[in-house]
Amino acid sequence: MDNTTQPTTSGMTGLIEDWVSDKDAFKNVSWGKTMMWIFLLSDTFIFSCFLVGYMSVRMTTDVPWPNTSEVFALTIAGEHIPLILIAIMTFVLITSSGTMAMAVNCGYRRQRKQAAVLMLVTAFFGVCFVGMQAFEWTKLIEEGVRPWGNPMGAPQFGAAFFMITGFHGVHVSIGVIYLTVVALKVLRGDYEERGYEIIEITGLYWHFVDLVWVFIFAFFYLW
Amino acid sequence: MQNNTDTQPQQHPISLYFKVWGLLFVLSSFSYLVDYMQYQGLLRWTLILVFMFLKAGLIVAVFMHMVWERIAFTLAILSPPLCILVLIALMASEASYTNLNRLIFFG
Repeated sequence: MDNTTQPTTSGMTGLIEDWVSDKDAFKNVSWGKTMMWIFLLSDTFIFSCFLVGYMSVRMTTDVPWPNTSEVFALTIAGEHIPLILIAIMTFVLITSSGTMAMAVNCGYRRQRKQAAVLMLVTAFFGVCFVGMQAFEWTKLIEEGVRPWGNPMGAPQFGAAFFMITGFHGVHVSIGVIYLTVVALKVLRGDYEERGYEIIEITGLYWHFVDLVWVFIFAFFYLW
Repeated sequence: MQNNTDTQPQQHPISLYFKVWGLLFVLSSFSYLVDYMQYQGLLRWTLILVFMFLKAGLIVAVFMHMVWERIAFTLAILSPPLCILVLIALMASEASYTNLNRLIFFG
Protein backbone atom coordinates (compact mmCIF):
# COMPACT_ATOMS: atom_id res chain seq x y z
CA MET A 1 0.00 0.00 0.00
CA ASP A 2 1.43 3.32 -1.04
CA ASN A 3 0.81 5.80 1.71
CA THR A 4 3.70 8.11 0.91
CA THR A 5 1.57 10.54 -1.08
CA GLN A 6 -1.14 11.84 1.20
CA PRO A 7 -4.29 13.05 -0.54
CA THR A 8 -5.01 16.70 0.08
CA THR A 9 -8.37 17.46 -1.50
CA SER A 10 -11.70 16.35 -0.11
CA GLY A 11 -15.28 16.30 -1.37
CA MET A 12 -16.19 15.72 -5.00
CA THR A 13 -12.82 17.02 -6.29
CA GLY A 14 -11.12 14.54 -3.98
CA LEU A 15 -13.32 11.72 -5.29
CA ILE A 16 -12.33 12.45 -8.88
CA GLU A 17 -8.65 12.93 -8.03
CA ASP A 18 -8.55 9.61 -6.16
CA TRP A 19 -10.01 7.72 -9.11
CA VAL A 20 -7.88 9.38 -11.83
CA SER A 21 -4.59 9.24 -9.93
CA ASP A 22 -3.39 6.24 -11.99
CA LYS A 23 -2.63 4.42 -8.73
CA ASP A 24 -4.63 2.85 -5.96
CA ALA A 25 -7.99 4.62 -5.86
CA PHE A 26 -8.55 4.01 -2.14
CA LYS A 27 -6.18 6.32 -0.33
CA ASN A 28 -5.40 5.73 3.35
CA VAL A 29 -7.11 2.33 3.26
CA SER A 30 -4.92 -0.74 3.65
CA TRP A 31 -5.47 -3.84 1.52
CA GLY A 32 -6.65 -5.85 4.49
CA LYS A 33 -9.38 -3.37 5.23
CA THR A 34 -10.37 -2.98 1.57
CA MET A 35 -10.65 -6.73 1.14
CA MET A 36 -12.71 -7.14 4.30
CA TRP A 37 -15.11 -4.45 3.05
CA ILE A 38 -15.39 -6.12 -0.35
CA PHE A 39 -16.09 -9.46 1.33
CA LEU A 40 -18.75 -7.79 3.48
CA LEU A 41 -20.24 -6.25 0.34
CA SER A 42 -20.60 -9.72 -1.20
CA ASP A 43 -22.09 -10.99 2.06
CA THR A 44 -24.59 -8.12 1.92
CA PHE A 45 -25.84 -9.52 -1.36
CA ILE A 46 -26.17 -13.03 0.06
CA PHE A 47 -28.26 -11.86 3.00
CA SER A 48 -30.26 -9.58 0.71
CA CYS A 49 -31.11 -12.56 -1.48
CA PHE A 50 -32.39 -14.45 1.56
CA LEU A 51 -34.46 -11.52 2.77
CA VAL A 52 -35.86 -10.80 -0.70
CA GLY A 53 -36.68 -14.51 -1.06
CA TYR A 54 -38.49 -14.33 2.27
CA MET A 55 -40.39 -11.26 1.06
CA SER A 56 -41.40 -13.15 -2.10
CA VAL A 57 -42.75 -16.25 -0.38
CA ARG A 58 -44.54 -14.15 2.22
CA MET A 59 -46.20 -12.11 -0.52
CA THR A 60 -47.19 -15.11 -2.65
CA THR A 61 -48.84 -17.19 0.06
CA ASP A 62 -52.60 -16.94 0.57
CA VAL A 63 -52.33 -18.62 4.01
CA PRO A 64 -51.94 -16.15 6.92
CA TRP A 65 -48.32 -15.69 8.09
CA PRO A 66 -47.67 -16.85 11.69
CA ASN A 67 -47.76 -14.00 14.22
CA THR A 68 -44.07 -13.71 15.14
CA SER A 69 -44.94 -11.67 18.21
CA GLU A 70 -46.70 -14.76 19.63
CA VAL A 71 -44.43 -17.44 18.13
CA PHE A 72 -41.39 -15.95 19.88
CA ALA A 73 -43.15 -15.02 23.13
CA LEU A 74 -41.89 -16.45 26.41
CA THR A 75 -43.49 -16.85 29.80
CA ILE A 76 -41.05 -15.53 32.40
CA ALA A 77 -42.07 -15.69 36.08
CA GLY A 78 -45.71 -16.18 35.15
CA GLU A 79 -45.63 -13.14 32.86
CA HIS A 80 -46.38 -13.66 29.15
CA ILE A 81 -44.06 -11.31 27.23
CA PRO A 82 -44.21 -11.12 23.41
CA LEU A 83 -40.98 -11.39 21.38
CA ILE A 84 -38.87 -11.08 24.55
CA LEU A 85 -36.18 -13.62 23.61
CA ILE A 86 -35.48 -11.81 20.34
CA ALA A 87 -35.32 -8.47 22.18
CA ILE A 88 -32.75 -9.88 24.61
CA MET A 89 -30.72 -11.33 21.70
CA THR A 90 -30.77 -7.91 20.03
CA PHE A 91 -29.46 -6.22 23.17
CA VAL A 92 -26.76 -8.86 23.65
CA LEU A 93 -25.54 -8.31 20.08
CA ILE A 94 -25.53 -4.50 20.44
CA THR A 95 -23.61 -4.80 23.70
CA SER A 96 -21.05 -6.98 21.94
CA SER A 97 -20.76 -4.37 19.18
CA GLY A 98 -20.01 -1.76 21.82
CA THR A 99 -17.26 -3.81 23.46
CA MET A 100 -15.82 -4.47 19.99
CA ALA A 101 -15.68 -0.73 19.25
CA MET A 102 -13.87 -0.23 22.58
CA ALA A 103 -11.40 -2.99 21.64
CA VAL A 104 -10.59 -1.23 18.35
CA ASN A 105 -10.05 2.01 20.25
CA CYS A 106 -7.77 0.33 22.82
CA GLY A 107 -5.81 -1.32 20.00
CA TYR A 108 -5.00 2.03 18.42
CA ARG A 109 -3.97 3.33 21.84
CA ARG A 110 -1.60 0.32 21.90
CA GLN A 111 -3.16 -1.06 25.10
CA ARG A 112 -2.99 -4.62 23.85
CA LYS A 113 -4.10 -6.39 27.04
CA GLN A 114 -7.30 -4.33 27.35
CA ALA A 115 -7.95 -4.76 23.62
CA ALA A 116 -7.59 -8.56 23.84
CA VAL A 117 -9.80 -8.79 26.93
CA LEU A 118 -12.50 -6.66 25.29
CA MET A 119 -12.36 -8.87 22.19
CA LEU A 120 -12.80 -11.97 24.33
CA VAL A 121 -15.76 -10.30 26.08
CA THR A 122 -17.22 -9.62 22.63
CA ALA A 123 -16.75 -13.27 21.69
CA PHE A 124 -18.43 -14.29 24.95
CA PHE A 125 -21.51 -12.20 24.08
CA GLY A 126 -21.45 -13.88 20.67
CA VAL A 127 -21.54 -17.30 22.35
CA CYS A 128 -24.50 -16.14 24.48
CA PHE A 129 -26.28 -15.05 21.32
CA VAL A 130 -25.73 -18.39 19.58
CA GLY A 131 -26.81 -20.19 22.75
CA MET A 132 -30.10 -18.30 22.82
CA GLN A 133 -30.56 -19.00 19.14
CA ALA A 134 -30.07 -22.72 19.78
CA PHE A 135 -32.72 -22.49 22.51
CA GLU A 136 -35.07 -20.72 20.11
CA TRP A 137 -34.54 -23.35 17.39
CA THR A 138 -35.13 -26.19 19.88
CA LYS A 139 -38.34 -24.55 21.11
CA LEU A 140 -39.70 -24.09 17.57
CA ILE A 141 -38.73 -27.58 16.44
CA GLU A 142 -40.51 -29.02 19.50
CA GLU A 143 -43.58 -26.99 18.57
CA GLY A 144 -43.57 -28.69 15.17
CA VAL A 145 -41.99 -26.01 12.97
CA ARG A 146 -40.34 -27.63 9.94
CA PRO A 147 -38.88 -26.15 6.75
CA TRP A 148 -41.92 -27.53 4.87
CA GLY A 149 -44.69 -26.67 7.32
CA ASN A 150 -45.78 -25.63 10.78
CA PRO A 151 -48.95 -25.62 12.91
CA MET A 152 -49.17 -21.80 13.09
CA GLY A 153 -49.79 -20.76 9.51
CA ALA A 154 -48.07 -20.40 6.15
CA PRO A 155 -45.73 -23.38 5.51
CA GLN A 156 -43.02 -21.10 4.08
CA PHE A 157 -42.44 -19.63 7.56
CA GLY A 158 -40.19 -22.50 8.66
CA ALA A 159 -38.06 -22.43 5.52
CA ALA A 160 -37.49 -18.67 5.81
CA PHE A 161 -36.84 -18.87 9.56
CA PHE A 162 -34.29 -21.70 9.49
CA MET A 163 -32.50 -20.37 6.42
CA ILE A 164 -32.16 -16.74 7.54
CA THR A 165 -31.47 -17.18 11.25
CA GLY A 166 -29.34 -20.26 10.55
CA PHE A 167 -27.10 -18.41 8.13
CA HIS A 168 -26.81 -15.50 10.54
CA GLY A 169 -26.02 -17.86 13.41
CA VAL A 170 -23.24 -19.43 11.35
CA HIS A 171 -21.80 -15.95 10.79
CA VAL A 172 -21.87 -15.24 14.52
CA SER A 173 -20.19 -18.59 15.28
CA ILE A 174 -17.44 -17.95 12.72
CA GLY A 175 -17.08 -14.45 14.18
CA VAL A 176 -16.55 -15.92 17.65
CA ILE A 177 -13.77 -18.17 16.35
CA TYR A 178 -12.20 -15.33 14.35
CA LEU A 179 -12.32 -12.96 17.34
CA THR A 180 -10.82 -15.53 19.70
CA VAL A 181 -7.94 -16.31 17.34
CA VAL A 182 -7.10 -12.64 16.76
CA ALA A 183 -7.51 -11.80 20.47
CA LEU A 184 -5.02 -14.50 21.47
CA LYS A 185 -2.55 -13.29 18.85
CA VAL A 186 -2.98 -9.71 20.11
CA LEU A 187 -2.40 -10.87 23.66
CA ARG A 188 0.77 -12.69 22.60
CA GLY A 189 2.08 -9.47 21.06
CA ASP A 190 2.16 -10.65 17.45
CA TYR A 191 1.12 -7.23 16.17
CA GLU A 192 3.47 -5.04 18.20
CA GLU A 193 5.47 -4.12 15.09
CA ARG A 194 2.78 -4.12 12.42
CA GLY A 195 0.25 -2.15 14.47
CA TYR A 196 -3.26 -2.97 15.50
CA GLU A 197 -5.31 -2.33 12.39
CA ILE A 198 -6.15 -6.05 12.47
CA ILE A 199 -8.51 -5.35 15.37
CA GLU A 200 -10.39 -2.81 13.27
CA ILE A 201 -10.65 -5.33 10.40
CA THR A 202 -11.95 -8.04 12.73
CA GLY A 203 -14.30 -5.42 14.17
CA LEU A 204 -15.67 -4.66 10.70
CA TYR A 205 -16.77 -8.29 10.39
CA TRP A 206 -18.34 -8.30 13.84
CA HIS A 207 -20.21 -5.02 13.32
CA PHE A 208 -21.47 -6.40 10.01
CA VAL A 209 -22.98 -9.39 11.81
CA ASP A 210 -24.76 -6.94 14.11
CA LEU A 211 -25.82 -4.88 11.09
CA VAL A 212 -27.41 -7.91 9.41
CA TRP A 213 -29.26 -8.68 12.63
CA VAL A 214 -30.77 -5.14 12.56
CA PHE A 215 -32.35 -5.99 9.20
CA ILE A 216 -33.43 -9.52 10.22
CA PHE A 217 -34.97 -8.14 13.41
CA ALA A 218 -36.93 -5.53 11.47
CA PHE A 219 -38.08 -7.62 8.52
CA PHE A 220 -38.46 -11.11 9.92
CA TYR A 221 -39.41 -10.60 13.56
CA LEU A 222 -41.19 -7.23 13.63
CA TRP A 223 -42.86 -6.98 10.21
CA MET B 1 -18.49 14.03 5.05
CA GLN B 2 -15.41 14.63 7.08
CA ASN B 3 -12.06 14.36 5.39
CA ASN B 4 -9.53 12.43 7.37
CA THR B 5 -6.03 12.77 6.02
CA ASP B 6 -4.18 11.55 9.07
CA THR B 7 -3.42 7.88 9.49
CA GLN B 8 -4.07 7.78 13.21
CA PRO B 9 -7.64 6.68 13.78
CA GLN B 10 -7.03 6.48 17.53
CA GLN B 11 -7.93 10.15 17.73
CA HIS B 12 -11.66 9.38 17.70
CA PRO B 13 -12.87 10.27 21.18
CA ILE B 14 -14.10 7.29 23.17
CA SER B 15 -17.10 9.32 24.36
CA LEU B 16 -18.47 9.26 20.80
CA TYR B 17 -18.60 5.46 20.89
CA PHE B 18 -20.43 5.54 24.20
CA LYS B 19 -23.00 8.00 22.83
CA VAL B 20 -23.62 5.85 19.73
CA TRP B 21 -23.80 2.74 21.89
CA GLY B 22 -26.45 4.36 24.09
CA LEU B 23 -28.35 5.56 21.05
CA LEU B 24 -28.41 2.03 19.60
CA PHE B 25 -29.87 0.73 22.86
CA VAL B 26 -32.58 3.41 22.82
CA LEU B 27 -33.43 2.76 19.16
CA SER B 28 -33.62 -1.00 19.77
CA SER B 29 -35.96 -0.41 22.70
CA PHE B 30 -38.14 1.73 20.45
CA SER B 31 -38.22 -1.04 17.81
CA TYR B 32 -39.24 -3.53 20.45
CA LEU B 33 -41.90 -1.15 21.80
CA VAL B 34 -43.45 -0.96 18.31
CA ASP B 35 -44.26 -4.65 18.70
CA TYR B 36 -45.07 -4.46 22.41
CA MET B 37 -47.59 -1.64 21.90
CA GLN B 38 -49.10 -3.66 19.01
CA TYR B 39 -49.02 -0.80 16.51
CA GLN B 40 -50.41 -2.04 13.20
CA GLY B 41 -50.55 -1.04 9.55
CA LEU B 42 -48.71 1.88 8.01
CA LEU B 43 -47.59 3.34 11.36
CA ARG B 44 -45.93 0.03 12.30
CA TRP B 45 -44.06 -0.32 9.01
CA THR B 46 -42.91 3.30 9.01
CA LEU B 47 -41.60 3.12 12.57
CA ILE B 48 -39.85 -0.22 11.95
CA LEU B 49 -38.10 1.13 8.85
CA VAL B 50 -37.12 4.45 10.47
CA PHE B 51 -35.55 2.77 13.52
CA MET B 52 -33.89 0.13 11.32
CA PHE B 53 -32.22 2.66 9.02
CA LEU B 54 -31.14 4.86 11.94
CA LYS B 55 -29.50 1.87 13.65
CA ALA B 56 -27.88 0.60 10.45
CA GLY B 57 -26.62 4.10 9.66
CA LEU B 58 -25.06 4.56 13.09
CA ILE B 59 -23.33 1.17 12.96
CA VAL B 60 -21.88 1.72 9.48
CA ALA B 61 -20.96 5.38 10.04
CA VAL B 62 -19.37 5.28 13.48
CA PHE B 63 -18.67 1.68 14.53
CA MET B 64 -17.43 0.73 11.05
CA HIS B 65 -15.66 4.12 10.68
CA MET B 66 -17.29 4.98 7.34
CA VAL B 67 -17.57 8.72 8.16
CA TRP B 68 -13.80 8.91 8.41
CA GLU B 69 -13.11 7.27 5.03
CA ARG B 70 -12.63 9.20 1.81
CA ILE B 71 -15.63 9.56 -0.54
CA ALA B 72 -13.99 7.39 -3.25
CA PHE B 73 -14.04 4.43 -0.83
CA THR B 74 -17.43 5.14 0.74
CA LEU B 75 -19.16 5.29 -2.65
CA ALA B 76 -17.41 2.15 -3.92
CA ILE B 77 -18.70 0.16 -0.93
CA LEU B 78 -22.08 1.73 -0.19
CA SER B 79 -23.52 2.33 -3.67
CA PRO B 80 -23.54 -1.27 -5.10
CA PRO B 81 -26.17 -2.49 -2.58
CA LEU B 82 -28.61 -0.05 -4.23
CA CYS B 83 -29.01 -2.72 -6.96
CA ILE B 84 -30.99 -4.67 -4.39
CA LEU B 85 -33.80 -2.13 -4.75
CA VAL B 86 -34.22 -3.31 -8.36
CA LEU B 87 -34.34 -6.94 -7.19
CA ILE B 88 -36.95 -6.03 -4.56
CA ALA B 89 -39.10 -4.28 -7.18
CA LEU B 90 -38.85 -7.22 -9.61
CA MET B 91 -39.60 -9.86 -7.00
CA ALA B 92 -42.46 -7.85 -5.48
CA SER B 93 -44.22 -7.55 -8.82
CA GLU B 94 -43.66 -11.25 -9.56
CA ALA B 95 -44.85 -12.28 -6.09
CA SER B 96 -48.05 -10.25 -6.23
CA TYR B 97 -48.82 -11.83 -9.63
CA THR B 98 -48.33 -15.33 -8.14
CA ASN B 99 -50.46 -14.38 -5.16
CA LEU B 100 -53.23 -13.14 -7.48
CA ASN B 101 -53.19 -16.44 -9.39
CA ARG B 102 -53.34 -18.45 -6.18
CA LEU B 103 -56.33 -16.45 -5.01
CA ILE B 104 -58.09 -16.95 -8.33
CA PHE B 105 -57.40 -20.68 -8.73
CA PHE B 106 -56.99 -22.01 -5.17
CA GLY B 107 -58.59 -19.28 -3.05
